[in-house]
Amino acid sequence: MALAPNMPKAWRAETKPHKFCPGCGHGLILKALGECIDELGIQDRIVFGCDIGCSLLSWDFFNADAIQTHHGRTTPVLTGVKRARPDRICIAYMGDGGGYAIGSQHLVNAASRNEKVTVLLANNCNYGMTGGQMAPTTLPGMKTETSPYGRDVEATGNPTQGPEMVSAITPEGAYVARGTTANLRQLKKMIKKALETQLNGTGFSFVEALSACPTNWRTNAKDTWNFVEKEMTQYFKVGELKVPGEKEGK
Amino acid sequence: MADKPIKGEKRFFVTGNEVVAWAALAAGVDIMYGYPITPQNEVMHYWTRLAPKYGRKFLQTEDEISAGFTTCGGVFSGARAFTATAGPGNTLMQEPMSMAEMMRIPAVFVITQRGGPSTATVIYSQQEVTLTCFGGNGEGMRVVYSPGSHQELYDYTIKAFNTAWKYRFPTFVLGDGYQAKMRESLIMYDPEERGIQMEPTEMIVGKEGTPGVDREPAHLRNTYNTEEELNVVVNELVDAFWKAAPEIVEHQEFNCEDADIVIVAHGVVTRAAQAAVKELRAQGKKVGHFRPITLRPYPIEAMKTAIAKAKEIILVESAEGQLDKIVKAELYGSQIPITPYFRPGMGITAEEIIEFINKKG
Repeated sequence: MALAPNMPKAWRAETKPHKFCPGCGHGLILKALGECIDELGIQDRIVFGCDIGCSLLSWDFFNADAIQTHHGRTTPVLTGVKRARPDRICIAYMGDGGGYAIGSQHLVNAASRNEKVTVLLANNCNYGMTGGQMAPTTLPGMKTETSPYGRDVEATGNPTQGPEMVSAITPEGAYVARGTTANLRQLKKMIKKALETQLNGTGFSFVEALSACPTNWRTNAKDTWNFVEKEMTQYFKVGELKVPGEKEGK
Repeated sequence: MADKPIKGEKRFFVTGNEVVAWAALAAGVDIMYGYPITPQNEVMHYWTRLAPKYGRKFLQTEDEISAGFTTCGGVFSGARAFTATAGPGNTLMQEPMSMAEMMRIPAVFVITQRGGPSTATVIYSQQEVTLTCFGGNGEGMRVVYSPGSHQELYDYTIKAFNTAWKYRFPTFVLGDGYQAKMRESLIMYDPEERGIQMEPTEMIVGKEGTPGVDREPAHLRNTYNTEEELNVVVNELVDAFWKAAPEIVEHQEFNCEDADIVIVAHGVVTRAAQAAVKELRAQGKKVGHFRPITLRPYPIEAMKTAIAKAKEIILVESAEGQLDKIVKAELYGSQIPITPYFRPGMGITAEEIIEFINKKG
């Protein structure tokens, strides 16, 4: 009998298999998050909030308290929880549209205030749930439903570099990184450091994860990974931008 | 750290915004979230001065959308939490208010109405009645109190927290710029000493124990996949609201028993209406006044009784017919004529009401 792969203890078995499309990156990010929750032993302290967009499908993903919020509003809801109950570990989970477009004022101001919450953001270069429109993170020239001839940066600007922005406005003590679902081991380390930052109470923590959307990209497995590993990383550099206790720009 | 903000009973002569801050303290509010907008600002000013002395918290957010959503977050974690806003801020806050409606979040919102539409004036109006009662993409499953004096501002701010937590609907104290900014005397008191038990709050998320092991996780939704699924949820909301409504509705009436004319007005305008009734009665006119204290749910049964013998309603409000719309919908089928006296964005005095009634003969 084949052994089932180990799933994080914090995952809720009753809601698996999960609801994301085949090949979607959300499952990988949430697996890394689940393993971090297990290793840190914080399942009973988690309040998980999900945005509207594909990330909303994670509302019953964990055996943890979870709140579906509104599109772009996950950061303030979780900030509200954290301010009232500082002993809870608050994780705001969202996509690039939720974090960098409709909810950007919340992300910027939560980062500026150095809120002791963790924001985990999936960057897949488009709005997945609504059918593949151009997102703040759509690459130059990339075709989407609202940029059918390719993203024209003259007319629509350049892709948002979220971690760079957050890193620029957070004080020392915050944690900021960009990981990728193509390197899950590294992504998991980043998420763990982000949660440890919250546990230590030193500052805001933010991890962007490069993620795949084969449904809207209309790519097969090979092209999907090629896009994540080769195309996206040309624009979105993977690595840590700010680590508590370490000098910047290392 | 001081224990109770108010001990026994104390007379104050203060602005309405200060009243709200004291009432929230006395009600045991744990945290306020807010964003500056006139004429609400001094609620935050007094709260931020008083709250730390009693171990209460405050967060100034980046906008009213965030103020509303952080308030919802605070309530989810079991805090007695509120925010205050007005005008364009009320417009922005409809988004979190709609989430509060859908998810039965017992958040309290204090509204100090200013002129509208748009930025308009920072002074006064009753133009946020429709927005506060029926705003958002929902069905208006909200409780809205319309106080008329500083004493009521104090009483109903305390009551709003109890109504919210007892019935689990977002609850509003709909004041206005006059009430916010003017000074008036009132008695402040500790609710417990008056026999008012504060409804206990409850952690909606973050309860003790490991979810999935010791207890079920709280998985809170506001997104549904099918029409049928949503319909069940909305029907439950609607049923719960109308079941609670008879316990929630409140009103006041003045000389309605034998009145030919009944003035209908709410909020601060009730004071002009009450004074007008006194004067017109002295002139020998059979005039009464009905005042809804809850605009949502509306005290329609009491109103039907109050106007049973009347020949006419005069609807007086500082808006172009927002209360009027509610009244007409509630009175559907009644033949009683309704004469409007609308002054959008302007105050209304007793003299003006008296003159209006005397002129029409």
